[in-house]
Amino acid sequence: MAYINHETVAKKLSVRRLKNNLWKNVFLLALLLALAALVILGYRMISQGTAYLNWEFLQNFSSRFPEKAGVHAALIGSIAMLAIVAPVSLFLGVGAAIYLEEYAKKNKFTQFIQMNISNLAGVPSIVFGLLGLTIFVRMLGMGKSILAAGLTMSLLILPVVIVAAQEAIRAVPDHLREASFGMGATKWQTIYKVVLPSAIPGILTGGILALSRAIGETAPLVVIGIPVIVQFLPTGILSEFTALPMLIFDWAKRPQEEFQYVAAAGILVLMILLIFMNSIAVWIRNKFQKRY
Amino acid sequence: MANKTSIDVQQLIAQKRNKKLKKYTEKVVPIILLITAVVSVLTTIGIVFTLIFETFEFFKRVSIWEYVTGTEWLPFAGDPSYGVLPLIAGTLKVTAIAVVVAVPLGLGIAIYLSQFASDNVRRITKPILEVLAGIPTIVYGFFALTFVTPMLQKVFPSLELFNALSPGIIIGIMILPTIASLSEDAMSSVPNTIREGALGLGSTKFEVALKIVLPAALSGVLASIVLGMSRAIGETMIVSLAGGSTPLFNLDVTTSLQTMTAYIVQVSSGDAGYGTTIYYSIYAVGFTLFLFTLIMNLMASWVSKKFREEY
Repeated sequence: MAYINHETVAKKLSVRRLKNNLWKNVFLLALLLALAALVILGYRMISQGTAYLNWEFLQNFSSRFPEKAGVHAALIGSIAMLAIVAPVSLFLGVGAAIYLEEYAKKNKFTQFIQMNISNLAGVPSIVFGLLGLTIFVRMLGMGKSILAAGLTMSLLILPVVIVAAQEAIRAVPDHLREASFGMGATKWQTIYKVVLPSAIPGILTGGILALSRAIGETAPLVVIGIPVIVQFLPTGILSEFTALPMLIFDWAKRPQEEFQYVAAAGILVLMILLIFMNSIAVWIRNKFQKRY
Repeated sequence: MANKTSIDVQQLIAQKRNKKLKKYTEKVVPIILLITAVVSVLTTIGIVFTLIFETFEFFKRVSIWEYVTGTEWLPFAGDPSYGVLPLIAGTLKVTAIAVVVAVPLGLGIAIYLSQFASDNVRRITKPILEVLAGIPTIVYGFFALTFVTPMLQKVFPSLELFNALSPGIIIGIMILPTIASLSEDAMSSVPNTIREGALGLGSTKFEVALKIVLPAALSGVLASIVLGMSRAIGETMIVSLAGGSTPLFNLDVTTSLQTMTAYIVQVSSGDAGYGTTIYYSIYAVGFTLFLFTLIMNLMASWVSKKFREEY
């Protein structure tokens, strides 16, 4: 009598193998489904949006007539808002990251700041809108201006910028710092002349990705009360303005079918802007990334 | 000779001044940096105080009991009623659909990428999936309204133009990268020795994935799901565009609904005068939303600590 029945074992094994292959393909299918969603999304945007996307679309102001509608004010407004978000969020974010990585002692206070940052990253963007409405628009009297929207967006992306900058600073190896100290440099000289230059590609990559989030965010702008129909270009940081996502939101809500295509064209403009920013981020990463 | 000493003295003075400046910089810079770090704390304090303050104003006019237990949300009616449950029901409906879509797909992708896929496939696919997370939500909302809803209506003719199904599915796709990516990280960090041990005993890759890797990575997987849910709850533009604005207290996913976020958007895009009850109600709803997501986020970090397996 054999202790092992080869036939049963072979049968069991083939069932297990079959199961393995089956599930492998099911998992692969899940992956393909997700990629398919992306492809369909891209295809829909392009096939719907290209009809209205032309030079006039970029130069016209918003209009009640779909064929005359354009994104001029919104495009300039979005870029103007970015001109506030970029310096503010980078200054605050990188500053905080340097403090946490280079200066902060490992105590309860530092832990608290760190925990606070990760919790802040999970706060819905619309809640930041309520904050901006109360503090910037009403309390500080900035109105529905580029400044108010820009500061709100800066706070919204601040946690992302801090975490990206922290990772970039942490990736700078200690022997560079020690060499600098050994040459007699002070702490700030070391940070300013050694750590930051090596960390800057990582900081910029993460920073640009965060900025592209700020450009696409709609909810805080709606809550702040940014107007949609704006027939003029912003004249200063306290000027009223409109932004690309606001315009898309407004067009998508309209009942006329033509505006669906206008909205899709607006989305294309937004996506091209985002792809442009992301390519810069990728380019910086590939060009300047150093490995130690 | 005399000339030379005078230069030396001047140099010394310059050096001394430089040193003083350096000392000064060394003291001031950390303070400035500390202030920038404190801004994030101030933001949280600002959010919490804004919400509490204005919510308090709201509860001067509407009883907390009515707000928490009321099943009718009719702020624009002649005789307004402020029961938040319909808004919560709307939010939970959409979130539940999103989870049903995103969890199986996300875990499937994570298992495939960590167990079956070659390094090349993983290196190429992960960034592509991350693109899904980078698409602005307004774009998703438009896609849900103009593509997914009409397509679903072909399958279920009784589906209303605004419903929970379409935004739920799209939010599921939106949070998919969060769940897939974080779960994959958790699974990939399970040490290879354990995996190889099981393979050496004759397990198939699927058995290893299900019985070894998934339990070992459970903390990370659960945390990713909770984080995804928290994002789904806070999602605004998709539900504003495709979910409608009818707060109803039911579990029907085919009819128009309103989530907490969509209500805030509705009031904000209209003209609710400053100081009216409706104006304060967005803060009460915002505070409720904030509590929901805060609890979810704390739960995610608790889960990932509590169930972490150390190797």
